[in-house]
Amino acid sequence: MSQPSSSPPSKRLEVVDTVVIRFAGDSGDGMQVTGSKFSTESALAGNDIATLPDYPAEIRAPAGTLAGVSGFQLHFSSKKVLTPGDAPGVLVAMNPAALRANVGDLVAGGILILDGDAFSKSNLAKAGYADHPAKTGELARWRVFEIPMTRLTTKALSDMDLPQRSMVRCRNFFALGLCSWLYQRSTEETQRWIAARFKKTPALVEANTRVLKAGWNFGDTTELFGTRYEVRPASIAPGLYTSITGNQATAWGLMAGAAKAGLQLVYGSYPITPASEILHELCAHKQFGVVTFQAEDEIAAIGAAIGASFGGAIGVTASSGPGLALKTEAIGLAVMTELPLVVVNVQRGGPSTGLPTKTEQADLLQAVYGRNGECPVAVIAASTPTDCFDAAMEAVQTAVKYMTPVILLTDGYLANGAQPWKIPNFADLAGEPASFRTQAEGFQPYLRDPDTLARPWAKPGTPGLEHRIGGIEKDYDSGNISYAPANHERMVRVRAQKVARIADSLAATEVTGSELGEAVVVGWGSTFGAIEEAVERLNAEGLAIGHVHLRWLSPLPKDLGKVLRRFRTVIVAELNLGQLVRLLRDQLTIDATAINKVEGLPFTAAQLTETIRAVTAQRRREERR
Amino acid sequence: MSLAETPSGARDDGELGDAAKLTRKDFESDQDVRWCPGCGDYAILAQVQKLMPELAVARENTVFVSGIGCSSRFPYYMNTYGFHGIHGRAPALATGLKLARPELSVWIVTGDGDGLSIGGNHLIHLLRRNLDVNVLLFNNEIYGLTKGQYSPTSRQGLVTKSSPLGVVDPPFDVASLALGAGATFIARTVDVESRHMLEVLRRAALHKGTSFVEIVQNCPVFNDGVHEELTDRAIKNDHQLLLEHGKPLLFGEGLRKGIRLRADLSPEVVSLDEVDIGQIALHDETSPVMTQLLARLGRQGLPMPLGVLRCVAGVPRYEQAVRAQVVEARAAKGAGDFDALFRSGETWTVG
Ligand code: SF4
Repeated sequence: MSQPSSSPPSKRLEVVDTVVIRFAGDSGDGMQVTGSKFSTESALAGNDIATLPDYPAEIRAPAGTLAGVSGFQLHFSSKKVLTPGDAPGVLVAMNPAALRANVGDLVAGGILILDGDAFSKSNLAKAGYADHPAKTGELARWRVFEIPMTRLTTKALSDMDLPQRSMVRCRNFFALGLCSWLYQRSTEETQRWIAARFKKTPALVEANTRVLKAGWNFGDTTELFGTRYEVRPASIAPGLYTSITGNQATAWGLMAGAAKAGLQLVYGSYPITPASEILHELCAHKQFGVVTFQAEDEIAAIGAAIGASFGGAIGVTASSGPGLALKTEAIGLAVMTELPLVVVNVQRGGPSTGLPTKTEQADLLQAVYGRNGECPVAVIAASTPTDCFDAAMEAVQTAVKYMTPVILLTDGYLANGAQPWKIPNFADLAGEPASFRTQAEGFQPYLRDPDTLARPWAKPGTPGLEHRIGGIEKDYDSGNISYAPANHERMVRVRAQKVARIADSLAATEVTGSELGEAVVVGWGSTFGAIEEAVERLNAEGLAIGHVHLRWLSPLPKDLGKVLRRFRTVIVAELNLGQLVRLLRDQLTIDATAINKVEGLPFTAAQLTETIRAVTAQRRREERR
Repeated sequence: MSLAETPSGARDDGELGDAAKLTRKDFESDQDVRWCPGCGDYAILAQVQKLMPELAVARENTVFVSGIGCSSRFPYYMNTYGFHGIHGRAPALATGLKLARPELSVWIVTGDGDGLSIGGNHLIHLLRRNLDVNVLLFNNEIYGLTKGQYSPTSRQGLVTKSSPLGVVDPPFDVASLALGAGATFIARTVDVESRHMLEVLRRAALHKGTSFVEIVQNCPVFNDGVHEELTDRAIKNDHQLLLEHGKPLLFGEGLRKGIRLRADLSPEVVSLDEVDIGQIALHDETSPVMTQLLARLGRQGLPMPLGVLRCVAGVPRYEQAVRAQVVEARAAKGAGDFDALFRSGETWTVG
C-alpha cells in the first residue's frame, strides 16, 4: 500500500522541498505518538527532519479545553533542516480547541485537516466557538478538509468486539494513515511499531493497524484530495541514525564523558521542568554504574555532586534557572575547592517561576557572573538537540582537565526538540582518562599543573595524601587556610587565569555564510538553526552576512574579537534583552546591535531574516549620511 | 582492641594492617587549633582523636565533613581527609561522597545553627535515609562564630545580641526531631564527661547507619554555663540520667531516684526509699516509645537522659541500597554498553 503508483490517475503528484506539519489534539488524543511515528516514516523516506512537541503546562487539563491541547510539529525536507520549522503549512486538528489554539500559526493557503465529528456543540463551546468556524467563514484563508474521522474509525472496527471508547482512541492512527498517504510515506515501520507496542493486547494491534490502513485508503479512494505530495530524500551523510531529544542527548553525553574519563557518574538532582528528563534518562541506565540521587532540594543536589567529586567521581547536577539560583553558593564552593563539577541549566522563561514550559536564554549573565566574589566558571552552550551530546561530553572532559565547575547551558526548546543523530561508535569518541595523584612525595593539594593551572585530584583512600579543603581562602603553596591579603589576590587571579586557559585549547572561531563584509550575526545556544537559516536566505539574496555561533561563553575564544571586526556591523540575536551584547561589550569592547525576543518562544527564521535585513539596511542608510 | 564489630572504612579482611599501629598523635593535624580558650570543642576533639586509633580505620579511609560555624573548623584539626563545606550543607556533601565511596568512614561535624537551622532540611533527610555516617552535633545553644545570636536550640527568654528582650521562639527538642526524622541511632553526651563521650562515640562509630550524637557543649564566650545543671559537680547527679540498655532509669545521689511511668505513660520521679525498683521503667534502645519518652525528658523538671537513647540495628543503609540497584541492573542487563544504548531507540540507515 505504500506504492505511489497505487493512486488513481485522477490524483496529481506535486514535488515539494519542505513541509512543516503540526498534529494537534487533546492531550489524551495521542498526538505525540502520531507526530513521532510520522517523523520516523519521514526519516525512513530519507528526509532530513526536526521535531518539536508542545505539551500543555497543566498535567491533566479538562478534555476538550484550550489548556489541554497537545501538539507536535515536524519539519521534513529534501534539503538540510535546521529548525522544527517556523509556521506549519499543514495542520491536523482533532477537535475545536486544537484548531483554535493552532490555526493562527498556519500559513495562508495551508492545508487544514479536521476531524469533523469532534466539532460537536459542546466541544465548540469548550473552545470558545459560538458556531462551527468552517461555517462562519473564519477558515476561508486555508484549504479545509473536514473528515468524519471518528465515524470512519469506528466503522472500520464495527465487527470487532471493542468498547466504543477504545475504538475512538484509535482515530489518531486514521490521521496518521491519511497523512502517510498524502506524503507517500511507507507505513510499514508504523505497523511494526503498533505490533510491538500493543503486543499484550492483540485486539488493539488489529484495531490500530486497521484504522491506520483505513486512513490511508480514505485518501487513496475518495475524491477529497486531488493532489499528493512528494518530498524527495535529502542528501544526508550515510550512516545509522536515531532520533534523539536534547535532554536525552545531554544524559548520554554526560554518561559517555564520564566513561571516557574512566569516572563514575554521580548525578544529584531535584525535579524541575524542563530538566527532569535528564534524571529520568540517567536513572534508567544504572548498569553503566551511574548513581542518581534525587535530593531533598537543589542545594543538596549540587552538594552531593560536589561531595562525589571530592570522592573521585564526576559529580553532575542539573536544573533550570530557579534551581541554578539556589545552587549558586555551592558553585562557589566548587570554584574554591577546585573540584570538577558539571552543572546543567536547562533554561526556561524567568525570572522566578516565570514560564516553566517555555524557552528563553536569559540565564547567560547568571551563569557567567552570578556569584559572590570573583568566581570564574567555565560556561558552554549546546546549539542543537544532538549537540547536547557533544557539549555534555566536552563539559565533563573540561571540568576534569581543569579541575573546575563547568556550566552547560541548554534550554527548553533544545530539551524537548528532537533531531536525527548519526550514531557514533563509542570507541571513536574523543576523551581522555582522568588522572589522580597517588604520589605522596611533594604533594600539596593546591600545587598547580604549569599548563592547565589545575590542582591535583587526590581522592580519599590514597595513603599519604590526607588533606583538608574548604571554602576558606587557601595559601597558594600549602593549601592551608590563609587570610593573607597578597595571597588572596594571587589566588583570585590564578583561579581566573585557570578558566581563561581553557581558551588555549578551543578551535578557531568558525564563520558560516560570508567570511567578511556587511554584517555578522552572533548567536549562542538553541538559536543556531534559526540564525543559520536566516543567514542562508540573506546570502541567497546577495547580502554579505556571516554567522558566528558561540559554543564557549566563558572563556570566549581568543580570536573572536578579530573575527567579528572583519564585519562592518555586529548583530547579536538572542532570546533575552541583550545579555551576550553586554558580555561582548564587557570582554571585547565590541558594541553590537541587539535582536531580542522574550516571548518564551524560539526565533523563527522568517522573523530573523526580516529583522537582520532591516538592521543592515538601516546601517547602510546611516553610513551614507 | 575489644571491638566486636568493625566500623565503615575498616579493612574487609578483618585484619587491622597498619591501622593497628596508629596512635592518637597520628590523627592530630599540623594546624593550630583556633577555638577560644576554654571552649568545649577542645574536649570533643581530644576524645575523637583518642577514639580513632581504636577503630583501626586507616587515616586515608577516614573523612571529616563539616559546614560552617565554630564546630565546623573540626576537619582542619584531624589528620585525615577533610572537607570544610558551606553553611548547613555537610550532610549533602557527605551523601555524595558516601554514594561515590561507600567504603569510607565519614564523620559529619555540625552545630545547632549549622545542623538545625540553615541545614535542618538536609539533616532530617540524612536521618530518614539512614546513610552510614556519624553526625556529631555540638549543641551550645548559641551562634558563636557570628558572635552571639540565639540559635534554634536557645531557650526562651535568653538575652542575646539579637534578642535583647529575650528569645521568643521555642527551641527544638533535638532528640524528638531526630526520632521523627527516622534516626536509627540517637545519643547524647556532654563535652566535659570525657569517659562517657568516648563510650558514646564508640557506639556511634560501630552503628551501621546514620549515628546522630548531640554533644552538649559549653560556649564560655557567648553562652557560658547554659548546661550547668549537667556539668556542675554539686548538682549534676540530680540532672543527669545515665542510660543503659535494659537497665532501670535511675539517677540522683547513690542512684536512689528513678523514673516511673504513670498509667497514661507520662513520666514521674519517684524515690527508691518509697517504691520498689521493680516499678522503675527499663531503658530499651530499640523502642521508639521509650526514645520518645526520653527525648521529652530534661525539659520538664525531669533529668536529662545521657547515653544512647535509640539504637536499632539492621535497617537498610542508603548507600548500600543505592549501590545494590546498580548491581541488580548489571545482573539483569549486563554491564553498560554504549553502542547498544545508542541503538536502543528506533534506528534507520541512510545511504
Ligand atoms: S565562640 Fe564559643 S563555641 Fe565558638 S570557639 Fe569560642 S567558645 Fe567555642
